[in-house]
Amino acid sequence: MALSIMSERHGRIMVMRLTGEFDQQSAALVRDTLEHAILVELIDHLVLNLSGLTFMDSTGIGVLIGRYKQMTQRGGRIVVCGLSPTITRLFELSGLSKIITIAASEEDALQVLGVA
Amino acid sequence: MALKSGYNEMELKFIAKSGNESLARMAIAALLAPLDPTVEELDEIKTAVSEAVTNAIIHGYDEEEDGTVTVRAVIEDGKLTVTVIDQGRGIAHLDLAREPLFTTRPDLERSGMGFTIMENFMDEVHVESSPQKGTTIMMSRRLGSVHDRSQLS
Repeated sequence: MALSIMSERHGRIMVMRLTGEFDQQSAALVRDTLEHAILVELIDHLVLNLSGLTFMDSTGIGVLIGRYKQMTQRGGRIVVCGLSPTITRLFELSGLSKIITIAASEEDALQVLGVA
Repeated sequence: MALKSGYNEMELKFIAKSGNESLARMAIAALLAPLDPTVEELDEIKTAVSEAVTNAIIHGYDEEEDGTVTVRAVIEDGKLTVTVIDQGRGIAHLDLAREPLFTTRPDLERSGMGFTIMENFMDEVHVESSPQKGTTIMMSRRLGSVHDRSQLS
């Protein structure tokens, strides 16, 4: 099923809102879109709003781990928000919850990054 | 001919094409719908099924679209059993494959979490596999049960 991404810049921070299903089929789109922001647009930090996701499996975890490594290499952070209970469990099982900050909302995510 | 009340079964076959994991998830969700599962139950079961089917497509068949994946599901006495079968490459080292974070495809950014997720989101997971002979994953979960969330990784 389809996945779409809406992006919004807040200065040097990119907020991306994912809608739909994040699985093996949509992985390439997410990877390419995030990579472009990280490596080409050279954003400082990334906020990922997952509240619009109706599904996510470990493919998404793999894509996020890859982007986390790229952001970290550039000294930047990824903050996620809008996680369903099951997606939160995916983050916990994979250990991703220990390295990517999980915020309660987009506003909280931006606050965490120091942008009110 | 009356079916036993609450009993249902289905078998779905599809080619090893990217995107068909979504097809499998939808079929399982449709099978479960009359039982009125909770959102979390449904999400967890769909995720476990997605992991098994994605593995069959990517690892079993390298996304070769002439490979066939079979998904069987049975609901009996309030318990769902899903079996995902492929006739693909098979798993050479099963113990290793079932270790969290182990993957044979880091180039595809696979996280190696598939089996861990199946084991956490279903009650039981049995795997049978041998090289070149394909893989069968059978997993079950009692419906209407609440999984213990007090254990975090």
